[in-house]
Amino acid sequence: MSTPDHRPLLRPSTLVIYVLLAGFGLITLLPFLWMICAAMKTQQDFYTSQFLPPGNGLFGVAWDHLSLSQFVRLFRELPVPRAMLNSVFLASVGSLLATFFCAAGGYALAKFKFPGRELLTTLILGTVVLPGALLLSPRFETLYHLHLVDHYLGIFLPAVAPAFGLYLFRQAMVNSVPNDILESARIDGCGEVRIFFTIVLPLIRPMISAYLIIAFIALWNDFITPQIILQSPELQPLPVAIFELKGLYAADYNLIMAGTLVSIAPVMFLFLLLQREFISGLTSGAVKG
Amino acid sequence: MKSSRLHSPWTPWLFLAPFLLSFGAFIAWPAVRSLMLAFEQTYGPKTTAFVGTANLQFLVHDPFLWTAVGNTVVFTLAAVVLQIPVALGLALLLNRSDLRGRRFFRLVFFSPSIVGLAFVAILFSFMLEKRTGLINASLHHLFPAWNPDFPWLDRYVMPSLILAQLWISAGFYMVYFLAALQNVPGELLDAAHIDGAGAWQRFWHVTLPEIRPVLNIILLLVVTGSFQLFDLPYLLYNDTAGSGPDNHALTVVTYLFQTGFRSGDLGYASAIGWMLTLVLVGFALIQRRLARAEES
Repeated sequence: MSTPDHRPLLRPSTLVIYVLLAGFGLITLLPFLWMICAAMKTQQDFYTSQFLPPGNGLFGVAWDHLSLSQFVRLFRELPVPRAMLNSVFLASVGSLLATFFCAAGGYALAKFKFPGRELLTTLILGTVVLPGALLLSPRFETLYHLHLVDHYLGIFLPAVAPAFGLYLFRQAMVNSVPNDILESARIDGCGEVRIFFTIVLPLIRPMISAYLIIAFIALWNDFITPQIILQSPELQPLPVAIFELKGLYAADYNLIMAGTLVSIAPVMFLFLLLQREFISGLTSGAVKG
Repeated sequence: MKSSRLHSPWTPWLFLAPFLLSFGAFIAWPAVRSLMLAFEQTYGPKTTAFVGTANLQFLVHDPFLWTAVGNTVVFTLAAVVLQIPVALGLALLLNRSDLRGRRFFRLVFFSPSIVGLAFVAILFSFMLEKRTGLINASLHHLFPAWNPDFPWLDRYVMPSLILAQLWISAGFYMVYFLAALQNVPGELLDAAHIDGAGAWQRFWHVTLPEIRPVLNIILLLVVTGSFQLFDLPYLLYNDTAGSGPDNHALTVVTYLFQTGFRSGDLGYASAIGWMLTLVLVGFALIQRRLARAEES
């Protein structure tokens, strides 16, 4: 492709690129490092040092000032374990349901011809322009009439039909499910439900894993919906629980930072494992290839 | 079309049914309901009266709404001017075939965008604090003239929000730019290079036109997203329900939320929401027309 003496686009020198990348990377990561240090420091050290407290230990750091006591406090004395279980439950069940509903709906819109298909597709995809906040109150009203306020179903039922998810799966079906396979399966007498589960779903496996993690992270991070729909404190997921903790223990910086850290860590870990799927899923709608 | 004989006409509806049930009840119906509410005045949860265009007329003369619009426009302009160049710049840095550790850097830059906004708000409320916060301390360390008691959250509300949003979004949009840059044909760049085009000329005349469609999509995402700014100011200034000091953090969607959920005037809140929708749709249509004109 490129000859050895060829200099690609914008290449002052490789070193400058690495220095710039390292600089921007550090700026991006500093808030995380700051948070990790703050979570392990004492209140006193929080005021006197930005990262690790200075002292007589190795590298001039007072290592003995650091402790995991705030994490112990979060899990022993405060309702954080419950909130974490709530988050795990909400995000995993919600993302599974949303993925399944969007896959089935996207399959119908992409692989069947039926009257009203174009209109329905336009209507569903058109709703992405509506500001989410506009729908909050009427949705709350509907949930109230269905007696689903302060109930996890009040979160699941609205969360399982995201127009964006339907769009992604419709695209995936168009791109990776050949019509001939479906036709020959039908000629062989294979049932429609069986075709969907044994032929279609395996073909779009990359989109399934991508959307599972996109939906999981979105549900894990959602603050407004649970804050409005759930009223009992013991039902609240982590974003609401940690935010309330901040209201109650405003001066305990280390405790709040520890709580934020344990809330971010699980999705960070998931993202590290599945970053390729996650990013290809996100960009598949906008960028071809 | 021949497939229609092989399967029952009900089959697609069977697959669509779960999605449509939820969509109908929690997106379509609330949308219709909010459109109805926009022409009603609500007194408390039960009583409503049809008031025609009174909500819309009030909206034009509502000083709070115009404060909110002003703040939102400032935020949106800053987002376009900062997020897009930073995202594109990072993507250009990463888009080199010989770069080692590209996946690592992509991971680093992208990582802030998977942090929930509630956690970002908590983190930035500490980081933007006067003496103890990371941002003032670092700036003071780098530039000794920097005032360590610089009142970010109290007096510089919009810069605080813009900074936090830049941290979240730059890496997110970078990923889109990077995917687009990797689709720019290498032969085109090679040809331009052989013709004697410099790095800047190659960027301006080859790369930019090639990534134009993605640039347009990102512009649309940044503008429509910024116009709906809500969670971050709402959480960062939670004690004032998102208004912030002297309403400096008040955005259009925050005002919508306050009107609907705090004051209980669902009719007026819906009117604000539909006006916002019209503005966003208008922007999207204009931008699409401009993009088409450019391409042809």
